[in-house]
Amino acid sequence: MIFFLIVVAVVVVWMVMAYNTLIALRNQTANALKQIDVQLKRRHDLIPNLLNAVQGAMDFEKDTLAAVIKARNGAITAAAGLDPQHVAASAAAEAQLTGALTKFMAVVEAYPDLKATGNVKQLQEELTSTENKVGFARQLYNDTATHYNTKQQQFPTNLVAGLANATTAELWEIEDAAERAVPKVEFRRG
Amino acid sequence: MNLFEQQAANRRKSRWLVVFFVLFFAWLGFGGDYLAWQYTLGTPRGSYHHVFPWFGALLSVVALFLVMHIRRTGAEKVLWSTGAWALIEPATDEQRRLVNVTEEMAIAAGVPVPSIHIIDDPDPNAFVTGTDPLKSHLAVTTGLIAALDRDELQGVVAHEMGHVKNLDMQLMTMVAGLAGAIALIADGTGRVLFRRGRIGGRVGGGGGGGGRGGGKGGNPVLVLILVLWLVSWALAPLVTRMLAMAISRKREYLADAMAAQFTRNPMSLASALDKIEKAGAPTKTIRGGAAHLCIADPLGWKVSSAESAVAGFFATHPPMSLRVARLKAMAYQAQKASRDSAAP
Repeated sequence: MIFFLIVVAVVVVWMVMAYNTLIALRNQTANALKQIDVQLKRRHDLIPNLLNAVQGAMDFEKDTLAAVIKARNGAITAAAGLDPQHVAASAAAEAQLTGALTKFMAVVEAYPDLKATGNVKQLQEELTSTENKVGFARQLYNDTATHYNTKQQQFPTNLVAGLANATTAELWEIEDAAERAVPKVEFRRG
Repeated sequence: MNLFEQQAANRRKSRWLVVFFVLFFAWLGFGGDYLAWQYTLGTPRGSYHHVFPWFGALLSVVALFLVMHIRRTGAEKVLWSTGAWALIEPATDEQRRLVNVTEEMAIAAGVPVPSIHIIDDPDPNAFVTGTDPLKSHLAVTTGLIAALDRDELQGVVAHEMGHVKNLDMQLMTMVAGLAGAIALIADGTGRVLFRRGRIGGRVGGGGGGGGRGGGKGGNPVLVLILVLWLVSWALAPLVTRMLAMAISRKREYLADAMAAQFTRNPMSLASALDKIEKAGAPTKTIRGGAAHLCIADPLGWKVSSAESAVAGFFATHPPMSLRVARLKAMAYQAQKASRDSAAP
């Protein structure tokens, strides 16, 4: 009888611990995603400044500018529905924005006068940093989400996964093959 | 050892450090009380008898107060001792870059952004200090900012964020604070003690007529305690310095590995460490008390390039060549893994 009670007590204690671990990981995952969200907002806010700084000098590069604006709007719409189960849409929109920005910065490189102005140089550093921040936030999210997913699928924690309402978190995949090869956007420093 | 085990170990060690510190002070105090009690035991009626353990009570309270004080202001003291100034509004492109890199690495590590401090010293070095992981302070020398490019700076800052994340920072700042306090107190009271010892000797010599006094002096247990007590006063600063050495060496390897994990680029830190090592000059502004906090030994000792039993014993840091070699091995394995996955 006493032996039986001890077994029950051990099982209950283990269940509470496993449950709490899963909840903690779920919150960490949500928090990591929030970090990406914060950085994405920064990035979206930075783009109008960047466009304003170059506008006068680059009026004839209308297509490039329009592509950036369109990609930015798409990314903002996608970011509204961001949660750990629905990451793919935002990831795709952001990848598109990264592509448009890379092209845009390549065009800026072709205008030495424009590049030399202090404002553009500063914005370039800001953009580099923001791109890196998005990248590192994504890295943190993927690491945390993988940890959470592994934990809820592994035996014996998977037995309490239903109880803790644990669902698989979607990873932030990089769609663009070119970006996969070079994880960070780097500009040549003038 | 994974991150959580390391965090738990650091928490445990920080706790033991505080317990050890308070117990040590209690021993210095109560040991003195015991000796004074024994000494005044045989003195005639009416003269002073040391009954209540005043020294012990006083020193225990002092120790607790010191621990609380260091918890609150330890980081400020360390920063102050190096003459670091807080970077609040970045003025130059380089400072802007430092702020950005720090913010990036704080995100990668998943820790709050530290406050940034700059030390005016041409030798490249960096450290992180604080007794609360939510409020960390990063300090870098002007030499570091000037010598490293963006990726290398990122590697160094990532290494420091590694110390924040695995709670090394707390333990190392506590050691710095406690070691400083012990050195100060041992220095001051040591002087008082030795002067009193001389006076006591003279008095003892003058009134040493009774056979009773001679008999007590021969009590081996009492002599042993007296010797132990005096030795612990004398050795306290040395012991804490050795503690600081032992504590910081293995941590550097782990922080290097965490930097590689955060940046996904071990080679940037490897080349930064290479540059720091080649600069070679001692970081003059960072004195002994904070040495174990730094990314590279600020004394610039030659021992950092050799791995031998003696060199390893005295260094606060592992040999730079070994650290660089380990980082290069990590880079090679990452490269190999990506090549293998790309091949099929």
